[in-house]
Amino acid sequence: MPPEAPLLEARGITRAFGAQRALRGVDLRLGPGEAVAVAGPNGAGKTTLLRILAGLMRPTTGEVRLADGRTPRDPAARRRVGLLSHQSFLYDDLTARENLHFTGRLYGLGDLAARASRALEEAGLAARADDPVRQLSRGMLQRVAIARALLHEPDILLLDEPFTGLDVPSAARLRGFLAAQRAAGRGLVIVTHHLAEAWGFATHVGVLARGQWAQLGPRPASLEEFLAGYQELVDA
Amino acid sequence: MPEAVRSALAIAGKDLRLEFRTRTGLLSAFVFAVLTLLVFNFSRDQSLISTTDLAPSALWITVAFGAVVAMNRAFIIEKEQGAIDALLLAPVPRGAIYWGKFLANLAFVGLVEALTLPLFVLFFNVPLGPALPGVVLTLVLATIGFVAVGTILSAMVVRTRFAELMLPVLILPFMVPPLIGAVQVTARLLGGRPLTEVLGWLRLLGTYDVVFVTLCTLAFSAVVDE
Repeated sequence: MPPEAPLLEARGITRAFGAQRALRGVDLRLGPGEAVAVAGPNGAGKTTLLRILAGLMRPTTGEVRLADGRTPRDPAARRRVGLLSHQSFLYDDLTARENLHFTGRLYGLGDLAARASRALEEAGLAARADDPVRQLSRGMLQRVAIARALLHEPDILLLDEPFTGLDVPSAARLRGFLAAQRAAGRGLVIVTHHLAEAWGFATHVGVLARGQWAQLGPRPASLEEFLAGYQELVDA
Repeated sequence: MPEAVRSALAIAGKDLRLEFRTRTGLLSAFVFAVLTLLVFNFSRDQSLISTTDLAPSALWITVAFGAVVAMNRAFIIEKEQGAIDALLLAPVPRGAIYWGKFLANLAFVGLVEALTLPLFVLFFNVPLGPALPGVVLTLVLATIGFVAVGTILSAMVVRTRFAELMLPVLILPFMVPPLIGAVQVTARLLGGRPLTEVLGWLRLLGTYDVVFVTLCTLAFSAVVDE
């Protein structure tokens, strides 16, 4: 039986900023129901990789294709991708609800009021939905940012440090939510410095070092053993 | 309604909502315009320069600088928290993003002009009555032109370190053609000349608008994409 068509496939991605090469020939295949946790030291190219996968940045060479053969830069294909960056993508002077309504309008979503209310309720922010986001705490802001990134129910979730700023119950809730997304057949790429947060629901683990994979494969059985060999992988 | 139009209106509506909530850009632009008019009014020697000679230039310098102040904020609000990336990620044509920002800028600058014009009449005591429709038409045509260019330039400079300083430097050369036309038209209209006498200038302003709105819509993708 042929392998299931990937939701997203990146081949030979390189990206240079002047003389600096941030990515050097990175491949990634993300199938339905797969979650790739990506770790790596600062400056390894993790955020650049996510931006290229999301279609926000052109690779210098190589290409990214979605399941229908389109690139993520195609306006119609962008509907299938959700990106959570380390910036919130929110407008400080709009309320959480207004931010979600605006996102919903850009994505042409129906039943926007109910959808935004549901997303805010799931984020545990129903009581603060009508406060300007500048008045929210770091953790609350992160929860609104996650709600914004997932509002259009994308097939492919690209998450850059999604657990940053979250308190313990919120982080646990997010882990459960992401596990459910994966089980529903969505594909996830999670960039994180704290692999333990994503270990429970990750199907694959990648370590990016100096712009290329030091390791990429199915998740090993033991996090402790993996972490024991992590520094060696990064330094190799 | 086509999706691109709906998206452009959503972006413009969001910008207006943000501006009316904070009033930062509008207030700064309006105060700047009032101060400019005051300086012109009190620094001239009425025995040497007649009102009708100075008024058109004073009006257009005030409008031009007020507009630059208003437009400066267009993409700075998108840079905070990286919201520009959210716009670029959305399934919206780049041209619709440009038009959303362009329409919001037109509304801001139009509002600044609407507030400035009565003060201009008050300070300079010019008989605007019969010339009003022509002056308003000139304001509309000239404003469309330099707001079209200002919108794309504000997107271009927003990733630079000194965005707020760069915009005035870059936009002023592009403002010269519409400003020359607008001053010529306003001077003639305030001097009691008929509208038919300035049709050539108005056509020039209209052509500038069509050319630059089209060029900026097409070029916007190249400006914002990495």
